[in-house]
Amino acid sequence: MAKAKGKSFAVLTNGLIKENPVLRLVLGTCPTLAVTTMAKNAIGMGIAATFVLLGSNIVISLIRKIVPNKVRIPVFITVIAGFTTIVQMLLHAYAQDIYRELGIFIPLIVVNCIILARAEMFACKNSVGLSILDALGMGAGFTLALLIMGSIREILGAGTWFGLPLTKDIFDPAVLMILPPGGFLAFGFIIAAINKFSALKIRNKEIASGCGLNCPGCSASGSNGGDPS
Amino acid sequence: MENRLFVSSSPHLRENASTRKIMLDVIIALLPAVVAGIWFFGMRAALVIIVTVAAAVLTEYLMRLGLKREQTVSDLSAVVTGLLLALNLPPSIPIWIAIVGSVIAIALIKQLFGGLGQNFMNPALGARVMLVVAWAGRMTTWTDPVTDAVATATPLGALKEGTLQSFSYSELFWGNIAGCIGETSAFAILLGCAWLLARKVITWRIPVFFVGTVALLTWVLGPDGLFTGDPLYHILAGGLMLGAVFMATDYVTNPITRKGRIIFAIGCGVLTSLFRLYGNMPEGVSFAIILMNIVTPLIDRHTVPVSFGGERHVE
Repeated sequence: MAKAKGKSFAVLTNGLIKENPVLRLVLGTCPTLAVTTMAKNAIGMGIAATFVLLGSNIVISLIRKIVPNKVRIPVFITVIAGFTTIVQMLLHAYAQDIYRELGIFIPLIVVNCIILARAEMFACKNSVGLSILDALGMGAGFTLALLIMGSIREILGAGTWFGLPLTKDIFDPAVLMILPPGGFLAFGFIIAAINKFSALKIRNKEIASGCGLNCPGCSASGSNGGDPS
Repeated sequence: MENRLFVSSSPHLRENASTRKIMLDVIIALLPAVVAGIWFFGMRAALVIIVTVAAAVLTEYLMRLGLKREQTVSDLSAVVTGLLLALNLPPSIPIWIAIVGSVIAIALIKQLFGGLGQNFMNPALGARVMLVVAWAGRMTTWTDPVTDAVATATPLGALKEGTLQSFSYSELFWGNIAGCIGETSAFAILLGCAWLLARKVITWRIPVFFVGTVALLTWVLGPDGLFTGDPLYHILAGGLMLGAVFMATDYVTNPITRKGRIIFAIGCGVLTSLFRLYGNMPEGVSFAIILMNIVTPLIDRHTVPVSFGGERHVE
């Protein structure tokens, strides 16, 4: 029982940092670069995608045993498209300004590769419970990455955060940061920082295991910092 | 960066050149433009130049320290980058934006790609372009050198807005016009160009083909039909001279072969003319050079010289 609990916790937290869909797996970069000009849009996009991911993961996990292997991708996409349409209609009805800001990127959630990747890699192989946890973890990771990007770009590029004036009066905001090049710049620096951070972690593990060398004998036994999960 | 290879195939001509000596020549060649900038725009321009160079050198030092690489401050390339960037800034620029520009040039465009020799675009120009996009207003506020009035028009700006041409050729040639610190006097830049040519730091091809293409196109595509343009005005105004002599000839970011360099220079000229005549902004030299910097590897690939008796070999 304890083991099962540990596993579900691992599934839930996997998407936050270790396998963060945007920053570690570099999936879904299109919405990441396009909608993160403001922290508010980033949150809106993150929640919308998380909702679709949750719905599609549940349904795909439920039907995983009856879908023939050969047609699974079209079936998954149809399910994802269904949930995307629901999100689009909900936003149109209840959150007009976010609907207008995100524009084309709401219907494009259908082709967001994070969602298809989770369907293919996780939901079609695991139980409904685990798939829900996976969707929540991955969705949170996606939202977190978007929020980091959106905050950096909004603060530097517009001097505000969630629309509130922050550094606007201290220095002239660099408009570049809310233009497309700013998206690539921020993305590059965040990925570099995360990679540096995880490289440090691996090196610490190596030192702890007593040997920093990457010998074949060692890597076979899995103690060279390789991810045991 | 003392890369002296003593084992080599023929020809065995030796040249005691080093990065440091070449950079020193470029600095000497830039001095007339620096003096002209300070003469016309006053101590404010001097302050911008000193701060930009100091920030560039400090950034180079800290980046090499942080990246645990061999220290390269003494090769003077950071001084050249800082000087070129300062000459590309308007004299009224806030000091902190000049510092940000230096950090972008050295840290982002040069050191993160591996340092001198690895940067895919000219660091000073890349930084200038980023500053123009980031702080468009600040970067296009020009000081009039005669009256010190802020927010005057540059010669090209005046041309773009169709106001009466109030700049004589002699003003454009000797200086005394609004613009970036380094572009005001065509004469000062020609002096520097002569020094670089005499010291064989640059060859004549890139400046001549670049300026020639701009002259030809601005003459042909004139405002009142074909062949009615004013090529001399276009050559002397704006950053064309500065760009053609000091920026487009940057060793790292232009093609290796003569043919490649001619293609590169003509490309710069065509893009500059199109940006100036049909673009949104009055000036386009920096964007043109940056774009051609980016296609340089492509030009290099297609201008590989055929060895004697050999076959054309393109990977």
